[in-house]
Amino acid sequence: MFETLSGRLGDIFDKLRGRGVLNESDVGAAMREVRVALLEADVALSVVKDFVEKVRERAVGQEVLRSVTPGQMVVKIVNDELVAMLGGDSEDINLNAVPPVAIMMVGLQGSGKTTSTAKIAKRLAGRDRKRVLMASLDTRRPAAQEQLKILGTQINVPTLPIIPGQMPLDIAKRAMEAARLGGYDVVMLDTAGRLHVDEGLMTELDSVKFSTMPTEILLVADALTGQDAVNVARQFNDRLNVTGIVLTRMDGDGRGGAALSMRAVTGRPIKLVGTGEKLDELDNFHPSRVASRILGMGDVVSLVEKAQEMVSEQDAEAMVKRLRKGQFTLVDYQKQLAQMRKMGGMSGILGLLPGVGKLKKALAGANIDESMLVRQDAIINSMTPKEREHTKIIAASRKKRIAAGSGTSVQEVNKLLKQHQQMADMMKKMGKGGKGMPQLPPGFDGLLPR
Amino acid sequence: MSEPEKKGWFSRLKDGLKKSTSSVSDGITGLFTTGVLSGKRKLDAATLDELEDVLIMADFGVVTAARVTQELSRTRLDKEVSDEEIRRTLAGVVAQTLIPVAKPLVIDPANRPHVLLVVGVNGSGKTTTIGKLARQFRNQGKSVMLAAGDTFRAAAIEQLAVWGERNGVPVIAKPVGSDAAAVAFEALEKAREQNIDVLMIDTAGRLQNKQGLMEELAKIVRVIRKADPAAPHDTLLVLDATTGQNAVQQVDVFRSVAQISGLIMTKLDGTARGGVLVACAEKFGLPIHAIGVGESIEDLQPFDAREFADTIAGVAA
Repeated sequence: MFETLSGRLGDIFDKLRGRGVLNESDVGAAMREVRVALLEADVALSVVKDFVEKVRERAVGQEVLRSVTPGQMVVKIVNDELVAMLGGDSEDINLNAVPPVAIMMVGLQGSGKTTSTAKIAKRLAGRDRKRVLMASLDTRRPAAQEQLKILGTQINVPTLPIIPGQMPLDIAKRAMEAARLGGYDVVMLDTAGRLHVDEGLMTELDSVKFSTMPTEILLVADALTGQDAVNVARQFNDRLNVTGIVLTRMDGDGRGGAALSMRAVTGRPIKLVGTGEKLDELDNFHPSRVASRILGMGDVVSLVEKAQEMVSEQDAEAMVKRLRKGQFTLVDYQKQLAQMRKMGGMSGILGLLPGVGKLKKALAGANIDESMLVRQDAIINSMTPKEREHTKIIAASRKKRIAAGSGTSVQEVNKLLKQHQQMADMMKKMGKGGKGMPQLPPGFDGLLPR
Repeated sequence: MSEPEKKGWFSRLKDGLKKSTSSVSDGITGLFTTGVLSGKRKLDAATLDELEDVLIMADFGVVTAARVTQELSRTRLDKEVSDEEIRRTLAGVVAQTLIPVAKPLVIDPANRPHVLLVVGVNGSGKTTTIGKLARQFRNQGKSVMLAAGDTFRAAAIEQLAVWGERNGVPVIAKPVGSDAAAVAFEALEKAREQNIDVLMIDTAGRLQNKQGLMEELAKIVRVIRKADPAAPHDTLLVLDATTGQNAVQQVDVFRSVAQISGLIMTKLDGTARGGVLVACAEKFGLPIHAIGVGESIEDLQPFDAREFADTIAGVAA
């Protein structure tokens, strides 16, 4: 997501940055390219026009012309406007009402409502320890109600028993009643997919809204949506006053234009994004982080957070102690490998690092071998505990045995040992508080305990 | 179904495309009402720019929109043109691209069964399209069998089973989590035994950038070929009209993995205009078989290039 857009904008900004002086026509040319880049990323035309106009206005003003690095200044303005367009802070689901609180999921057919319903329910029930009941009001698509029921069993969240032939509004009422009696905190109402121009079905949603008084009406939309995103968002919002947007399929290779358009058109926050087919693949949406990612500035905050999730405090402390003493054995190295893999491998980490956007493309071309991490792990596993602690004892015959045991070659064993040695040397310097930060291999610096 | 009166397919198409039409043609009319002369106006660079914007809003994409406006400008630049003239020329240019790819889906009676593999990203409308096609084949007196190849998504098998029941056609299924290729293989053998005319194989939705899932799709095709080297006789990619420029990417990847033989575009009854179809036609030249313009079974229509172009440009029939 966003890679293509990020790459295009990067090229445009590179041209700007190199210039000492910028005149109006330079800015104009750059803005035309920005316009095309955004349009190709499926950002809605009206949104693109507004955006480009705002940036242009500021960019030809005093602010830029007087600054020492005008190119850099333009990039900053684009960044500011992007953040403004995406909305400021990330916003969470609002459950602020007397329980049971209703959450309504609405959207076009095939946008991912049912899956998103289950994902949100799982998160509320697990992370937030809420008692959640799910109910499907989709009486139109064959087996839609069964789908939610099956998902419910998978995530251990109860669903309202299905009564065939019952109308959506009656199902909603029954769900709220069951939740009151059962002492539930949250009722997730999954509605049928519908076109925003379908008056009859929109009236049905109105009546469900009126009878359940939801704290959240979440519009579920496909991140791959094109120019139509504005129509969909506007009409659902005009009709129902949606409270937030859930963008699905953010793991596709779409270019994220819908994210930019929908927020801009409705003024409603994008609250959550779906990032995969598994039911825990749901993330909060952080506008400023996404903006930096689009501009190729990386997303260090997310990287640190990811690392924090993966590395336990105690592990980190123990590691720091060992490093202070200048110890960095293969066991430590192996732990780092495992953490990297948990965080989505090299490419996952690289994607979040600043300035690596382009490098990443090059790496993909060079076909960086993610399985290297797995093989190195196997090599270490084929060693005796003693060998892992004292690499010096690994002589030629031991290397042969290790290579055979791990299904690799002696060269690969050597390579691993060399890499480990380099890292150990580096750690030693850091442990002693040596002069300056040594150059870390990419991907490892975010992982080190500080 | 929900339709109270029986309408001809043409009026259905027009109804379905009304939204798409009105937005583009409103745009075109808008060009004239804002102009100094209402009704006639010089086709100058500014007007062309605006026209290009209108096409971009219809998901034509920047490149295709530029090409189409360029075609217009080549012949008509600086001439006085009417609203209607612009519409006609626009329709002509669009139709030119689409006519060569508008080909109906042909079931070859020599194939028993004629195997149709249906693929696409999640939520594009694969299962619904299969349900509608099944009814249409049944109405033509063909025997049909369905294979529930989406063994991943919850209740996908049940969803197809309901369509099977509605149309009175057998559905071959295995438990959730089974190998989709095995389902396809078994269905193909059963279809042969029972001398079935058309076998339609549903598949799980997959995003084209998920390599593992695309490999699984390639495997399904390989396994089908083991049972019948000529199958699948048609591999249909179902595209969602609301999708933007990503549709081009979808066609590209699915084509190379599963040798797509034709396209079907669904959900053209909303405000989405499906202009990306023009870009796809230009780039890949794959046949476009049908479009979905509504929820009832007859709303899956054969694709007619001229009609599509005319309605998109708002030419009065």
